[in-house]
Amino acid sequence: MNRLQVELPGLTLKNPIIPASGCFGFGQEFAKLYDLSKLGAIMIKATTLETRRGNPTPRVAETAAGMLNAIGLQNPGLAHVMEYELPWLEQYDVPIIANVAGTETADYVAVAEKISTAPNVKALELNISCPNVKSGGIQFGTDANTASGLTAAVKEVSKVPVYVKLSPNVTNIVEIAKAVEAGGADGITMINTLIGMRLHPKTGKPIIANGTGGLSGPAVKPIAIRMIYDVRQQVKIPIIGMGGITNAEDVIDFLSVGASAVAVGTANFVDPFVCPNIIDELPQKLDELACEKITDLIGRSHR
Amino acid sequence: MIQQEKMKVVRQKQIADGIFELTLIGQLTLQMKQPGQFVHIRVSDSLEPLLRRPISICSIDSEHMEFKMLYRAGGRGTKILSQKQPGDEVDILGPLGNGFPVEETESGETALLVGGGIGVPPLYELSKQLNAKGVHTIHVLGFQSIHNVFYEKQFSELGETYIVTADGSYGSKGFVTDLLAQLNPTFDVFYSCGPLPMLKALEQTYPDKKGFLSFEERMGCGIGACYACVCQTTDIVAQDYLKICSDGPVFPRGVVAL
Ligand SMILES: Cc1cc2nc3c(=O)[nH]c(=O)nc-3n(C[C@H](O)[C@H](O)[C@H](O)COP(=O)(O)O)c2cc1C
Repeated sequence: MNRLQVELPGLTLKNPIIPASGCFGFGQEFAKLYDLSKLGAIMIKATTLETRRGNPTPRVAETAAGMLNAIGLQNPGLAHVMEYELPWLEQYDVPIIANVAGTETADYVAVAEKISTAPNVKALELNISCPNVKSGGIQFGTDANTASGLTAAVKEVSKVPVYVKLSPNVTNIVEIAKAVEAGGADGITMINTLIGMRLHPKTGKPIIANGTGGLSGPAVKPIAIRMIYDVRQQVKIPIIGMGGITNAEDVIDFLSVGASAVAVGTANFVDPFVCPNIIDELPQKLDELACEKITDLIGRSHR
Repeated sequence: MIQQEKMKVVRQKQIADGIFELTLIGQLTLQMKQPGQFVHIRVSDSLEPLLRRPISICSIDSEHMEFKMLYRAGGRGTKILSQKQPGDEVDILGPLGNGFPVEETESGETALLVGGGIGVPPLYELSKQLNAKGVHTIHVLGFQSIHNVFYEKQFSELGETYIVTADGSYGSKGFVTDLLAQLNPTFDVFYSCGPLPMLKALEQTYPDKKGFLSFEERMGCGIGACYACVCQTTDIVAQDYLKICSDGPVFPRGVVAL
């Protein structure tokens, strides 16, 4: 028996550890460091219909126990991802979760329809929460009706289960979670980054060229934990949790409040081996908690 | 190959105002070949400061498995690094990026090495390797003032060395380009690392020369996965971005839009 295995719509995960979208490219860089087949799944960089050049630099700034980024969804576009990135990833025994972004509903639908036909794409992650683009992204994720409508439109064309990635930049995240569940989402991933700003001490102006950026890293973990805690009690579909995970204890916190698996983002920049290291640590953590299998921990905060 | 290693501090020395020379020992040194590559350093195990710091490799001593880097202790991260004592461990990821191509200059030819401020260090290993293969090197190094000048002696041992300071407190006054205009050196290939305006001026001053420039930008991962440290190419059609950490940091002249 594999104690770390987790079953989710469309996904059989060897373990619940997934590199987060935008923090792992399309896997090529990390494949030079370790065997990607070790991972539970991979969330690839947001893919849009056309090539996106992203925002001007500086695009990142460090903050207290975190960082701001405004990459702006730079990616090579759907055709390139279908032709090169996804086939390249087929050499690994790892399911791919394709992060889908767009400017309007039609873009999301077009990308979802096509990318969900790739043999190794086992699920979609609808990015309705990117804070760093002028149109699209977060505007879909901050209004319940829009979020629900987009989910339904994508569900209609997708060949694989659809997870919706929620933005924490809302007054009531439970309302959005319920809306995407009603729209037919198979799962929820949360949280994307929190909109923030850091100033240059000399000029008093924002460091990031875009002005604002998305805050990630350990600093946001308590917010992610609280939001998953709340959402878990109000929706039935599974949650993949993320926000500030750096070690196995963090993973257990996310599972405890009700996530079924987790994604690790910023921590990959601090320690490129963080995902395999956490995977190796988990069995011992289960022993310490006198827990047979990892799924026993899911939602224990609520029991 | 990129490796991660807790390397041991051999020596830590302040060599100019705010400038430190750190010598580390470990296996990872054996992966270092090309001058102009960098290492990504985690200065502490805590979550604060969180991200790694990219610092270029200044000299490689494979025989003793040691390498040196020079850095300015300006920010929080580098201040912590400057407090490391011999015997302490530092988490190093590297070597990263593509450095200066030594093979682009033939034995018997002359290379012009132009550095500005904290862009000077990677030129030292470059000069050592060029000289080792019989290339004649000329060094033109710019600093803010006399207090910031470092490695003049080391470079002088390898070739003609000219120092420029912005305030004129040492060497000649002005920018490296002012001195180059006076010197009008004869050379075959130029290599440079330093502030953007300097790189730009060099490209303009030597429109017909073969040259290689090293760039800087705020980095995230350092290995090409996060798309933070991009720069624009001159190729208007492709409208492409290049990643400084993994496509660079050294690019042939004319590739990056300046
Ligand atoms: C540099 C960077 C790029 C990101 N790009 C994306 C993206 O393309 N799509 C997306 O849905 N989330 C993106 N994110 C958000 C992460 O996937 C994740 O939700 C967030 O960073 C919180 O997790 P962490 O604290 O572990 O990084 C990005 C985050 C960072 C730091």
